[in-house]
Amino acid sequence: MIGHAEKAATFVANDERVHWHDRALWFVRLKRDRQAESIPEWEALREAAAAIKAHTLSRIADYLEEFERNAKANGIHVHWARDGAEHNAIVHRILAERGVTRLVKSKSMLTEECHLNPYLEAHGIEVTDTDLGERIVQLRHEPPSHIVLPAIHLKKEDIGELFHRELGSAEGASDPQYLTEAARGHLRQKFMAAQAGLTGVNFAIAETGGFVVCTNEGNADMGTSLPPVHIACMGVEKIVPQTKDLAIFLRLLARSATGQPVTSYTTHFQGPMRGGELHVVIVDNGRSAILGQETFRRSLSCIRCGACMNTCPVFRRSGGYSYGYTVPGPIGSLLAPLRDPSKFGSLPFASSLCGSCSDVCPVKIDLHHELYAFRQELVRRKVVPLYKRLGMAVMSAVLARPWAYRLAGSLMRWAMPRLPRALVYGPWNLWGRQREIPPMPRESFRELIKKEAK
Amino acid sequence: MPKVALFIPCYVDQFYPQVGLATLRVLRRLGIDLDFPEEQTCCGQPMANSGCAQDARPLAERFLKIFGKYESVVAPSGSCVSMVRNHYAQWLGEKPDFDHLRMNTFELCEYLVDIARVVKVDGDFPCKVGLHMSCHGLRELRLGRPSEVMVKSFNKVRFLLSQLRGIELVDLTRPDECCGFGGTFAVNEEAVSCLMGRDRIADHEKAGAGVIAGFDTSCLMHLGGLIRRQNKPLRVMHVAEILEGAKLS
Amino acid sequence: MTSRDAILASLRRNAPPVSPLPEVPAAMTYADPERQFAEAFGSVGGKFVRVTSLADVNTALKTFAPYTQARRIASLIPDVGRANVDLAALKDPHELEGIDIAIIAGEFGVAENGAVWVPGSMLGPHRAIFVVTQHLVLVMPAGQIVHNMHQAYDRIRLERPGFGTFISGPSKTADIEQALVIGAHGARSCTLFLVGSQAR
Repeated sequence: MIGHAEKAATFVANDERVHWHDRALWFVRLKRDRQAESIPEWEALREAAAAIKAHTLSRIADYLEEFERNAKANGIHVHWARDGAEHNAIVHRILAERGVTRLVKSKSMLTEECHLNPYLEAHGIEVTDTDLGERIVQLRHEPPSHIVLPAIHLKKEDIGELFHRELGSAEGASDPQYLTEAARGHLRQKFMAAQAGLTGVNFAIAETGGFVVCTNEGNADMGTSLPPVHIACMGVEKIVPQTKDLAIFLRLLARSATGQPVTSYTTHFQGPMRGGELHVVIVDNGRSAILGQETFRRSLSCIRCGACMNTCPVFRRSGGYSYGYTVPGPIGSLLAPLRDPSKFGSLPFASSLCGSCSDVCPVKIDLHHELYAFRQELVRRKVVPLYKRLGMAVMSAVLARPWAYRLAGSLMRWAMPRLPRALVYGPWNLWGRQREIPPMPRESFRELIKKEAK
Repeated sequence: MPKVALFIPCYVDQFYPQVGLATLRVLRRLGIDLDFPEEQTCCGQPMANSGCAQDARPLAERFLKIFGKYESVVAPSGSCVSMVRNHYAQWLGEKPDFDHLRMNTFELCEYLVDIARVVKVDGDFPCKVGLHMSCHGLRELRLGRPSEVMVKSFNKVRFLLSQLRGIELVDLTRPDECCGFGGTFAVNEEAVSCLMGRDRIADHEKAGAGVIAGFDTSCLMHLGGLIRRQNKPLRVMHVAEILEGAKLS
Repeated sequence: MTSRDAILASLRRNAPPVSPLPEVPAAMTYADPERQFAEAFGSVGGKFVRVTSLADVNTALKTFAPYTQARRIASLIPDVGRANVDLAALKDPHELEGIDIAIIAGEFGVAENGAVWVPGSMLGPHRAIFVVTQHLVLVMPAGQIVHNMHQAYDRIRLERPGFGTFISGPSKTADIEQALVIGAHGARSCTLFLVGSQAR
């Protein structure tokens, strides 16, 4: 099966583009560093955020019930969906009951996960993604390649071509300002004509029954303040206990995601608009099962900031599409195989385990340790191919026997220099494609130490 | 019985014995009485890294059996030491002598700075050196401050090397980006691994380094392999080899 | 069993042992919060203007191109700007389209990030005004700048049902090759007038 390694190799083959992608995301990581440096209590904030999430997960059902109670008292309709299919059906029902055929959406990874768009479209509802990056990939009929920067894999020329075709903007135009203006006009029409708006939820607050949506573009605000119906979709793990907890998360979120102190709009919805309706759909879709797995439950703390992707040297050089899942990068390499281990078995191995992701995660998920642990899951489930497992068993047997180990070592050191180069660096030698093997010394350390003066 | 045991990683023993010798000499020159238990082979990382926990277990158990009796264990490898300190608990957590082993297994540089309390490094090394802070040593053992972590700056390896006369530690654009070795990653994701390595080398080259210094031979093996294939005018050296000629106190 | 009950039961069944809520870390404060706010607001693309009275705001608007070139002007602050849109008379938020500049009040600002809290009660009959307008002007009284978000949330008393938003500069995006473009869907510019005697 084609996994991360094969797709990444294709991405790497385009040297100019891979370096451009790498530099673009490294730049975002540096902006994050600058913001983090400016907050003396940065590490303490991360610690507090991690603790709030851990506490919340330990009492999550109580908090969700509290949220529901308070939300209903605010006049918000609360719906519950066990899985993606139920989520889609609920959203569709709400729209269909109100005769909605034109929906505008702001970014929601959850709805990507549930494949909401194709479902609604199949039922005759026009769905317009309004985040600029998301609209771009929607027009190209592709998924987003990064959860915060959906079109990071595209050059402005690509977008210029797309807009010329789809929006009628000038041919050959590639100025970001011009193209954004073209999108502004196009999407303004969509906002004005929309009959309902759908958003994700950055944080839902149990104490008040309200929730927060953060954007730079203002698309969530436009899409929910014009049409009379607002549907907000949230995974169960988006709940936080109290309003004051928002301070900690909001101080961390934009700084971690894009290296800004805060997004342009941080909007608090705590009831429907006058004359309007507000619906919240709470979705499980496998999250409660992850909660039960001690090793991997901390991955539920994720606030979808994307910092792990920006810092990951592998993500930067392989691109979001190499992961083949809604959420890519380090966190995606856990969420995807948690959902389907055999389909996404290559992802936990798409990491050098450098640990940088764990260091930037605002809620201190031990990402690289969980990736390491998941590899064991994959071996247990026999997702890792037999020849690899056998190879390791043989290696272990050799290394556990000093005589066998010494023999193997001597043999290798004796044989390698004597074999013809073509044989040593044959197609079987994956190490040797771009690297020389180390020069083989005549004697090993354990032989040399005997000659060493004391 | 000597109190300190030397653990020489399998690939150092077989392919880079001079790093083992340099480590030995650096420690002996400090007056440390070392033992090299011959039955040692490997810490089990290749198996553990591949998810083959049951194949790593016997090696972990051997390691405890061989090294558990010493007051401390020193190894010229951040990744092997991280294996013992951070991952062995899975198989050895219940064993009575494991806790002592876990708390007293050290990478060479941290041993020199924290345990042997080296404050002075008296020697010459008139070269432009790029310091490669290998990930396990940096992020798992905290040999220095990772650039993404907001704590007070420190670097135990730099502390040792910067004292050498004539040395110039060059400024890299990405001081602690992973080189791409990552164990089995180097082969499983060969394309990305080599691109990461080539990018590291380009950074060192651009900064004017003649030597790439590291404390993990696995990274050096990967970078060195790329350098030699591309015929670049750079060499890789282990920190022990650089310190070998110096007088530490 | 309803989905609700099934989900809650599953979450309870799988929940880890209870762990405590943490202490809130002490947050940084600034020697000059107004200055920090001005810098932060500017760094996110906003324009910060310090004036002593509302009359000064009107004077400043006379030389402010988005205002002088505006055909349709809305204002939620009596005596500021010569509004020609009667917001109360609009039957529907869609009728806000075409407003070139809107002048609204901000309740307080946050020094650490240049965010301005605007509760729903200060957005008039159609809350969409802050995002539909082509240009946004915020007017805020001096002395209402808190140091950080913790202090901000200590202050916020959102009604239930209610609405409120932190606005920090104009609408923007960097979705095209990471090039920052000001004025994505919302306001193309965001100017804040801080009004009051200079604090010294």
